[in-house]
Amino acid sequence: MYRIASAIFLAENIKKFEIEAPRIAKKRKAGQFVMLRLTETGERFPLTIADSDPEKGTITIISQGAGKSTKALNRLEAGDGITDVVGPLGTPSHIENFGTAVSIGGGVGTAIAYPTAAALKQAGNYVITINGARTKELVILEKEMHAVSDEAYITTDDGSYGFNGFVTQKLQELIDAGRKIDFVLAIGPIPMMKAVAEVTRPYGIRTVVSLNPIMIDGTGMCGGCRVTVGDEIKFACVDGPEFDAHLVDFKNLADRNRIYQQEEKESDEAETHRCRLAAKG
Amino acid sequence: MDPKNITTKERLAIPRQVMPAQDPELRMGNFEEVHLGLTPELARMEALRCIQCKDPVCIQGCPVNIKIDQFIKLIAEGDFLGAARKVKEDNVLPAICGRVCPQEDQCEKVCVIGKQRESVAIGNLERFVGDYERQTGQRIVPEMAPPTGKRVAVIGSGPAGLSCANDLAQFGHKVVVFEALHELGGVLMYGIPEFRLPKEIVRDELDGLRKMGIEFRTNVVVGRTITIDELMEEEGFDAIFIGVGAGLPWFMGIPGENLVGVLAANEFLTRVNLMKAYDFPASDTPVFDCKGKSVAVFGGGNTAMDAVRTAKRLGAEHAYIVYRRSEAEMPAREEEIHHAQKEGIEFQLLTIPLEFVGDDKARLTGVKCQKMELGEPDESGRRKPVPLEGSEFVLPLDMAVISIGNGSNPLIKQTTPDIEVSRKETIVVDVNTMQTSKENVYAGGDIVTGGATVILAMGAGRKAAAAIHEKLCGTGQNFNEW
Ligand SMILES: Cc1cc2nc3c(=O)[nH]c(=O)nc-3n(C[C@H](O)[C@H](O)[C@H](O)COP(=O)(O)OP(=O)(O)OC[C@H]3O[C@@H](n4cnc5c(N)ncnc54)[C@H](O)[C@@H]3O)c2cc1C
Ligand SMILES: Cc1cc2nc3c(=O)[nH]c(=O)nc-3n(C[C@H](O)[C@H](O)[C@H](O)COP(=O)(O)OP(=O)(O)OC[C@H]3O[C@@H](n4cnc5c(N)ncnc54)[C@H](O)[C@@H]3O)c2cc1C
Ligand code: SF4
Ligand code: SF4
Ligand code: FES
Repeated sequence: MYRIASAIFLAENIKKFEIEAPRIAKKRKAGQFVMLRLTETGERFPLTIADSDPEKGTITIISQGAGKSTKALNRLEAGDGITDVVGPLGTPSHIENFGTAVSIGGGVGTAIAYPTAAALKQAGNYVITINGARTKELVILEKEMHAVSDEAYITTDDGSYGFNGFVTQKLQELIDAGRKIDFVLAIGPIPMMKAVAEVTRPYGIRTVVSLNPIMIDGTGMCGGCRVTVGDEIKFACVDGPEFDAHLVDFKNLADRNRIYQQEEKESDEAETHRCRLAAKG
Repeated sequence: MDPKNITTKERLAIPRQVMPAQDPELRMGNFEEVHLGLTPELARMEALRCIQCKDPVCIQGCPVNIKIDQFIKLIAEGDFLGAARKVKEDNVLPAICGRVCPQEDQCEKVCVIGKQRESVAIGNLERFVGDYERQTGQRIVPEMAPPTGKRVAVIGSGPAGLSCANDLAQFGHKVVVFEALHELGGVLMYGIPEFRLPKEIVRDELDGLRKMGIEFRTNVVVGRTITIDELMEEEGFDAIFIGVGAGLPWFMGIPGENLVGVLAANEFLTRVNLMKAYDFPASDTPVFDCKGKSVAVFGGGNTAMDAVRTAKRLGAEHAYIVYRRSEAEMPAREEEIHHAQKEGIEFQLLTIPLEFVGDDKARLTGVKCQKMELGEPDESGRRKPVPLEGSEFVLPLDMAVISIGNGSNPLIKQTTPDIEVSRKETIVVDVNTMQTSKENVYAGGDIVTGGATVILAMGAGRKAAAAIHEKLCGTGQNFNEW
């Protein structure tokens, strides 16, 4: 059992946890993730390590309730336990002083981008962050992002806060303004990452995305997380999750992530129903 | 029949005893074990078939040289626990090896009885003694040497790691096993299905190892959570054994392999065995819904047979094996091929896939194949399949499972560069001691040989344990000079 040291909601449906996992806390680097299994019958699912405190022996994860497992996680509180936490997995982000680095986060992607943005800052980059959300209430980590940015922008699709529009529009604006950009990191929904890749492609700006294929073991054994990058098969849990955005076959990733949609929906609905009954009872 | 007063002629007259099995019609609908095991009567009768050769060649056929003639004699005499003890001198997991060893290519292949008649059922007898010991609750607790004060880390809890840990503990060393997954047992747990190797047996073996004082730590990916150097320098382990098994599955590299519905056997079997997807939605992990569907598995090894029989059990209407050579060349255990045939698996032999085809949603709809014929024998003596012009056809499919083997997991190599690996990324060892190029670090099993067998992995683990013991406590003799 891995004990939850603290748990707070950052926004509706997005929750931040500190989990006691001393070995992982000591070892983790930006860009790495953990696999969790909540209970004996639970599935294994990946979440990025947003931060860690080697002294306290805790890691921080930020989870958006997407389906059964993440919603179940978000119902847990400080003091509860998680059956399995394993990591740190994946290849750490490649960090160097590129010059000007733009970190783009969409939705919960902001949480995944945060540790890498912080590491880019520490490496001496001029860091610009652009974090998008559908609406004001869903903006997360604003303060944290501010602290690691030289310039920080928030975008909302409905214009309720910050820049009115998509993250790609803000990025295009910076490029059009003649800003010299040496590196872009984009993490969020697949269509967003694909759109960012298309914005930077004509300018040849080095762009990295963090992919989120379905994973089972996360240790490089099953082949389930395979993605197509530059016509080659890569395994996101060992070779990634970060890849060159201009080489990724996003369509294939989107198609393959839909494979268990029906089953996941059933599982989620059954669980939600059960929880409602329990709440009533 | 009295084993003491039985003539060779009488022995030879006894037919090979058939192990009771679940009816194929019935077992197709469940995940319970196919074979039900020999009864004590059947086991004794089968044991009488062994003529107790002066020169028991069967022993040479076994990779770990089990004293086959001796343990069979004990069975014939009715001393089943004595027989179990005898087997365990050389093989700590008889209930497992008796079930999964390719006996027909090893011990039973060379048994002299097999020249004229059917060979003695050595594997079935071995399984019997392992089961007898477990089922009667009379597990033999091995003798343990007094503590040596040395600590050894074993990485990976597959058959190589477990057998190494067992022997090291008996030598008196403190052993800690680190496993990446949440469940112990390696392929025995996540690869080989319940209907061939009930997980209860593996769990029972693990309990036995725990009772010997071996510590198990799950959720530790060595190379990521902690490195080999840190285990030695910071956690004070005196020696390390690496038994991390094979790694990522290979794909075929043909068009359409990325369609939704094409997956590797490891993924399919992991979902079903490790994550218990057959019990979805009680278990959270889903697996492709095979009910009434057409599923093809590409390959001819044990993994392919396990995958196709699993698909059938999950309700597939058509479950095919697509294999490029003929049945004789299939690397799977003979018994599994026969079981598969009886369960209604459809074999598309001498067939190669050319391309997967799909619909506009990128979902698999079929595979385009070509028939082959066997040509002239190649250097290895195997007749090489050559394509038959104009024999292309499309097999309609809902799911395709690729089972053509695995590469090596690169983690150890990446994080411990001073361990030498081969071009195929397997770890290079001294064959006498299983020592790697790094001082006090040993390796064995699939990570050294590439995908092989349970018994070879176990043998390697034991060999390494002996060498580690010699290194830590021995007389300083060099194994190479023996
Ligand atoms: C390397 C990596 C890091 C990640 N980091 C974070 C993080 O820090 N915070 C966070 O909230 N989420 C993160 N995710 C996504 C998270 O793993 C999924 O949202 C989660 O597995 C969904 O499981 P579920 O049972 O809650 O939902 P499900 O019911 O299984 O699925 C809900 C939706 O999510 C999609 N999905 C299913 N499994 C995955 C998966 N493994 N990855 C991505 N999408 C999936 C489904 O197609 C479906 O549309 C990460 C994913 C990866 C691969
Ligand atoms: C489906 C299938 C069916 C098979 N059927 C048969 C059969 O009938 N008969 C037969 O003889 N053989 C069979 N085999 C082959 C046999 O199972 C293997 O040869 C054998 O298990 C190899 O043992 P091992 O100990 O080397 O590795 P494994 O059994 O693979 O165990 C390795 C363990 O190490 C763990 N690990 C990996 N990396 C790390 C790390 N970095 N840190 C910590 N732990 C790690 C893994 O999670 C795993 O638990 C089959 C294989 C498969 C896949
Ligand atoms: S371990 Fe395998 S090869 Fe050896 S005797 Fe047993 S069945 Fe035969
Ligand atoms: S070769 Fe066959 S008959 Fe001879 S001892 Fe071995 S098992 Fe018995
Ligand atoms: S999740 Fe299984 S190989 Fe990556």
